[in-house]
Amino acid sequence: MESVNIEKLIEKYLEGNTSLQEETILKNYFNKGIVAPNLQEYQPLFTYYVTAKNERYSKTIELSPKKIKRNYTWLSIAASIALLVSVFIGKQQYELYQQKQEAERLFAELSKGLRLISTNLKKGEQAVATLYTLENTVNKIVK
Amino acid sequence: MNQSDFLKVVLPFKDKVFRLAKRLLVSTEEAEDATQELYFKLWKSKEKIADYQNVEAFAMTMTKNYCYDRLKSKQASNLTLAHSNYLEKDTALDKKVEHQDSVSLVHQLIEKLPDQQKIIIQLRDIEEYDLEEICKMVDMKPIAVRVALSRARKTIREELIKKHNYGIC
Repeated sequence: MESVNIEKLIEKYLEGNTSLQEETILKNYFNKGIVAPNLQEYQPLFTYYVTAKNERYSKTIELSPKKIKRNYTWLSIAASIALLVSVFIGKQQYELYQQKQEAERLFAELSKGLRLISTNLKKGEQAVATLYTLENTVNKIVK
Repeated sequence: MNQSDFLKVVLPFKDKVFRLAKRLLVSTEEAEDATQELYFKLWKSKEKIADYQNVEAFAMTMTKNYCYDRLKSKQASNLTLAHSNYLEKDTALDKKVEHQDSVSLVHQLIEKLPDQQKIIIQLRDIEEYDLEEICKMVDMKPIAVRVALSRARKTIREELIKKHNYGIC
């Protein structure tokens, strides 16, 4: 009795006129096991439909695209270039700084030396000045 | 729409997207890439999604179009015709072996159908969408969908009977 109904449903199914409920009846019938001999050729079809729905997407979905991943490589390249450039420039800057330090040190030494000379010169000048006054007084007295 | 809201809306039908993509692109890897790409596209258009009443139908349409593009593009020209490793959970082991051949036969028969019929069979007989939704997804009139469905089912039936009579099943 059931197989007669199923046959009718299959006719309807092939015409594309079955409802979703009727299709579920068909799927259940063919997946339960005991199938009437004259309907056996349909069994693979309906078992396939059920098994095909069991296939799952097993990977995780990422919302950040691959394009950004590629940007990371570019970012790392950019970072390494920046590092290289900064080391290079840093070295130059350091050398410049050292030269400046050296120059300042030299300048300080030089000015110290010059100051020494100038104070000593002043001493000499004073001595000469006293000589002049001495000479003047001597001249006055002699005259 | 933040990320967790978005995922709540779109994750429930990720398997359907994947299966439709696989139906059209054949290889599992291609289908996985396609699914990933589609979800990324959905995420980019998340502002629009908030306005859609039926996000799932929208996603399925997107999947269909995306797969068509993939099939057309040269990238897909080196597609391998790898065959599926679908799961059978409900049948007992001996039965499983017995049915394996005939079930994968159905898979191959569907593969031979024209793309449009493939999609409609996938959406109706496997994913069990109602007719109205399918019409929206494939942008066709109900009558046209019914005709395509009927043609596809009859083609599969004829091939199955042929094989059955040859005693392959």
